[in-house]
Amino acid sequence: MIAVWVIVGIIVVLLFALMGFYNGLVRLRNQVKNAWAQIDVQLKRRYDLIPNLVETVKGYMKHERETLEAVTKARNLAQQVSSAGAGARGKAEGELSAALSRLLAVAESYPDLKANQNFLALQEELTSTENKISFSRQYYNDSVLRYNNKTQMFPSNMVAGMFRFQADEFFEVTVPEERAAPRVSFT
Amino acid sequence: MWEQIRSNQMRSVVLVVTMGLLLLGIGYLLGLVFFDSGIPGLIIALVVWAIMNMVAFFQGDSILLALSRARKIKPEDHPRLYNVVEEMKIASGLEKVPDVYIIDDPALNAFAVGRDPSRAAVAITSGLLQKLNRDELQGVIAHEIAHVKNRDVLLMAICGVLLGTIVILAWIASRYLIFGGMGRSRRSSSGGGGQAQIIILAVGIVLMILAPIIAQFIYFAISRKREYLADASSALYTRYPEGLASALEKLSSSTAELQSANQATAPMYIINPFRKKGMRASDLTSTHPPISERIRILRAMAGGASFNDYDQAFREVRQVKKGVISPASAAAIGAVGLRSASAPEPISPARKSEKVERTREVSDLMQRMSNYKIINCDCGMKLKVPPKFKAPSVKCPHCGRIHSFR
Repeated sequence: MIAVWVIVGIIVVLLFALMGFYNGLVRLRNQVKNAWAQIDVQLKRRYDLIPNLVETVKGYMKHERETLEAVTKARNLAQQVSSAGAGARGKAEGELSAALSRLLAVAESYPDLKANQNFLALQEELTSTENKISFSRQYYNDSVLRYNNKTQMFPSNMVAGMFRFQADEFFEVTVPEERAAPRVSFT
Repeated sequence: MWEQIRSNQMRSVVLVVTMGLLLLGIGYLLGLVFFDSGIPGLIIALVVWAIMNMVAFFQGDSILLALSRARKIKPEDHPRLYNVVEEMKIASGLEKVPDVYIIDDPALNAFAVGRDPSRAAVAITSGLLQKLNRDELQGVIAHEIAHVKNRDVLLMAICGVLLGTIVILAWIASRYLIFGGMGRSRRSSSGGGGQAQIIILAVGIVLMILAPIIAQFIYFAISRKREYLADASSALYTRYPEGLASALEKLSSSTAELQSANQATAPMYIINPFRKKGMRASDLTSTHPPISERIRILRAMAGGASFNDYDQAFREVRQVKKGVISPASAAAIGAVGLRSASAPEPISPARKSEKVERTREVSDLMQRMSNYKIINCDCGMKLKVPPKFKAPSVKCPHCGRIHSFR
């Protein structure tokens, strides 16, 4: 009789543990999804801002056709691959970021443009959108790290295997310049 | 994320429970002194506590914001501030963008309210908004959002209510003991058992004097601990501890005292609004760790921006073995790299114009708050029309365009 109760007890405990791990995994996976959606919102916002920026800047920057075209091209390309996975998308978005920062750097040498209220507002919006993209990417990657750890570490990996929770992909932006930047470390 | 918040709260919970016991103790003794039985005293203490909790829960945030004379702003009032708040909301993973308030005061300070993260608000003085560049503003806002995210606001509200109740009870008791207690104690001593009465009375008096002081020390201790954690979280969110460090440096160099702060609301702010020069870390009467130390810890984070790095820096700077962040939470997020400054600091002439620009932005904001109409003329001129101006249209003095209202 006692043995039966012990077995029942063990099964109940195991069920609760299973429930805990399963819910934990689902929560983390949803967090990852939500974080991905956040990146998406910001990337879309950037697509919307760029035509405005190009329109505003065009009149002032007669000699910068190439820079402007590079931005437009990178934007269109990024928009085209926007339904692809994190890896492919990261590359296109990285190129767009690089083209944009070139444009904003060039704009520094046009004092008339820098006095234009419209441009200043756009510049602030773009800077902030860039930041939001990198912060949402940061949050996404943190979430993916936590989720992947859970799916790969014992004992939650057994539950993950049972219910097919798969490790997710990090969102790496591959910008040539960003890669080449020297890492300073004092340790 | 939840694991770290929970484990960080363990130590704080112990302190809160101590405060709760203190409250119950004082209530019980009050009962013994005035009703010859502890139970009515306990009930009175709990009722007072419950009422104060209700007020704090339903009205706390709006009372705090009203006390500090903060006014809510819209995204278009100050795009940079609003954007930075949104950025930090994203970095911290908060569900909703907090409301943004501004306090019209040249003193440098900021605070956050919001017991539950989906209804939070951050407030910043106009003086601070004017002084900080984008990275520094980010650090400060991240610190404030960390207070919301780490549930410090909730914790400090609970502690604040406990502290307030203890103070009120002790105050009421002391009134009765001084003005009304004499006759009563004489009467009861005639009934025998006077010895025990006197002992209880003595203990009651001692506790009445000590309880508010002890409670206050606990309150301050919790507050200081949460400040370190918020600094660490700020570094983690921004990946740039230098931003907060240099903001704190600017904060510490200012001597203006915030007009609308008071002792009860002090732990809410990013730095103690009543600080004095040269306050020490072990100072039991401060709500915040000394700024110089917080700066040194942030600057010592050379390896990365994770909680682990902060903890290591903390131990280095304070020369102690025990860290400020519990190991469980430090391990929850692994190695995290730092980033470089968002924009390289411009050289001096350009930098000056940036400062002027910031000052202008804030004065625009304050004028808009006091109902000035701001019109951007197509020629690049900015017209500010005071609320007293009654004419239906105004002419741009630069290019002569006529702007009509509506």
